[in-house]
Amino acid sequence: MAMASPPQAVTSERDLRLDLFRGVALWLIFLDHIPENIVNWFTIRNYGFSDATEIFIFISGYTGAFVYGRTMRERGFVLSSARILRRAWQIYVAHIFLFTIFMAEIAYVAATFDNPLYAEEMKILDFLKQPDVTIFQALLLKFKPVNMDVLPLYIVLLLLFPPTLFLLLRRPNLALAGSAVVYALVWKLDWNLPAYPNGVWFFNPFAWQLLFVFGAWCALGGARRLGGVLRSRIVLAVAIAYLLFAFAITLSWHFESLDRFVPSWLAEWMYPIDKTNLDVLRFAHFLALAIVTVRFLPRHWSGLNSPVLQPAIRCGQHSLEIFCLGVFLAFAGQFIIAESSGGTLLQTAISALGIIIMIATANLISWYKAIEGRSPLSRVTPPDADLAGGEA
Amino acid sequence: MTFIIAVLAMIAFANGTAAAEPAQECDVPEWLISGDNDLTRVANEIKDRHRLDISVVGSGSSVLSGPDGARFAYPAQLEQSLRERLPGNEIKVTAHVPSRQTTADMASGLQKILSDDRPVLVIWQAGTVDALRGVEPEDFRTSLDQGIDAIATAGADVIMMNMQYSPRTESMLGISPYADVMRWVAEQHSIVLFDRLAIMRYWSDVGIFDLYAATKGYAMARRVHECIGRALASQIINAGRLDAGKMQTTP
Repeated sequence: MAMASPPQAVTSERDLRLDLFRGVALWLIFLDHIPENIVNWFTIRNYGFSDATEIFIFISGYTGAFVYGRTMRERGFVLSSARILRRAWQIYVAHIFLFTIFMAEIAYVAATFDNPLYAEEMKILDFLKQPDVTIFQALLLKFKPVNMDVLPLYIVLLLLFPPTLFLLLRRPNLALAGSAVVYALVWKLDWNLPAYPNGVWFFNPFAWQLLFVFGAWCALGGARRLGGVLRSRIVLAVAIAYLLFAFAITLSWHFESLDRFVPSWLAEWMYPIDKTNLDVLRFAHFLALAIVTVRFLPRHWSGLNSPVLQPAIRCGQHSLEIFCLGVFLAFAGQFIIAESSGGTLLQTAISALGIIIMIATANLISWYKAIEGRSPLSRVTPPDADLAGGEA
Repeated sequence: MTFIIAVLAMIAFANGTAAAEPAQECDVPEWLISGDNDLTRVANEIKDRHRLDISVVGSGSSVLSGPDGARFAYPAQLEQSLRERLPGNEIKVTAHVPSRQTTADMASGLQKILSDDRPVLVIWQAGTVDALRGVEPEDFRTSLDQGIDAIATAGADVIMMNMQYSPRTESMLGISPYADVMRWVAEQHSIVLFDRLAIMRYWSDVGIFDLYAATKGYAMARRVHECIGRALASQIINAGRLDAGKMQTTP
């Protein structure tokens, strides 16, 4: 076991697979956030238990450890913590910016939409009568509009990251075990953060930290230690079997007629599959997906350099900007769909257009960084450059 | 600039294709109102006593505002539809639908309704206020469980009704966790779920109603409630197997 010895510097080269899948996850999150959208039939949440959120959080943990882990080893705890906290601050500002756009949309709907059929639903706009309270609660991250839960989760994960990373660098397995214990305690003790006006956070940070820490653990040598497990045929077979099982179950949600084939004891045991607390079934589904992916998509697969995949990779490399843009585009797209009373063709066009805008923006950001000499791909980048603050 | 023109062109095009003729009929496809779970008490009551007492328990989306709102809302429409389709039976629908009731409120008020009305069937509309208030889905589930047990103990059948499909508030009001809970609860208790969400979405998709429309008028709201009442009557007739011999539902 590598318990006691600190893991050596892991490979210094960026794993493009991470960027690729994070980019794809960002596209899927965008598509899923437009509720009335024919295209989100194609996103992975319809084919299994986990969805793009799991991919995003895991990869964020992985790249976070990759970037800040190096800083912490080379420059010490204080400097790396300062960088992590600066990153959390940037995400906070981005979140509040998105909140402002959301408020504008809501205020517009409140001022223009009227229909006695929806008198009850429109009460959701009552919070506009108390903007002082609402805005203050939003600044505290307690009031979060629908679909704006991921960034607050990410902020809390980053706030907890300096001590976690400190431990991960010294006792990686202990850190992972600690994370698993916290996860288990959530289920026992119902820990979560409070939300406004009621309830708790939609993504419970104390549960979702498991995925983040697991990603970080993999980045710091864990993936290599798991090499044997990942190469095992039995593990692969189990993973594929589980993916097929999850696929069959998800099909039964969409086709009532298949529902009767799900035995009631299984349904009783399985449901509800809790997203808030990262249900074990979801976590396992993500693991199975990761196992199959790693198996069939080697790190140095030549396709990663093919031009076809560059758009997704670019988006994944600028995840914060593209994530925020995706949330904004989902608002805007939904708004256009609502204003023009829907239509499958329009939904498809908006989905495609949104992804094109995301790709164009990612390229623009890369261009800016290139002219400033701090592109993640640039070889002249000193290890302590803003890569750390910019791209984790 | 070309980008903006392209967007505008697409909107115009999509509008042209999506704006279908408003259909006169709002019949619901069979798969949306059929299921495995029966209403055995309803069936027996009709067979033995030729009557049906129904209590509707719900909140603001079970009623319409404006003059004579209650008369146009779906509970009254259900009563009328059942009277037409089950002739020779005494049908009575009583609505208990004060606005702003959470499911927990309704569950604790059920006992009184059950002993006052002595219904054979309770239609329980839930979820919207819980989503508005951000009630924890787990607590929502517990309240539903309690209420369903109370109804069963009182010897009545139950139909759960989920939320309205409301595309304009979808980005603000997160109803899907509550809709999921209702589905699971219905499955676990083997009870009938009237999937108002899916039915209204179907109407919107095929162009029967433009649920995005902004209007101050009551015409559309009344028509939607009338259609909900009729679809609900069809589901009661289906699940109670009341159509044998004399009644035919629309295929």
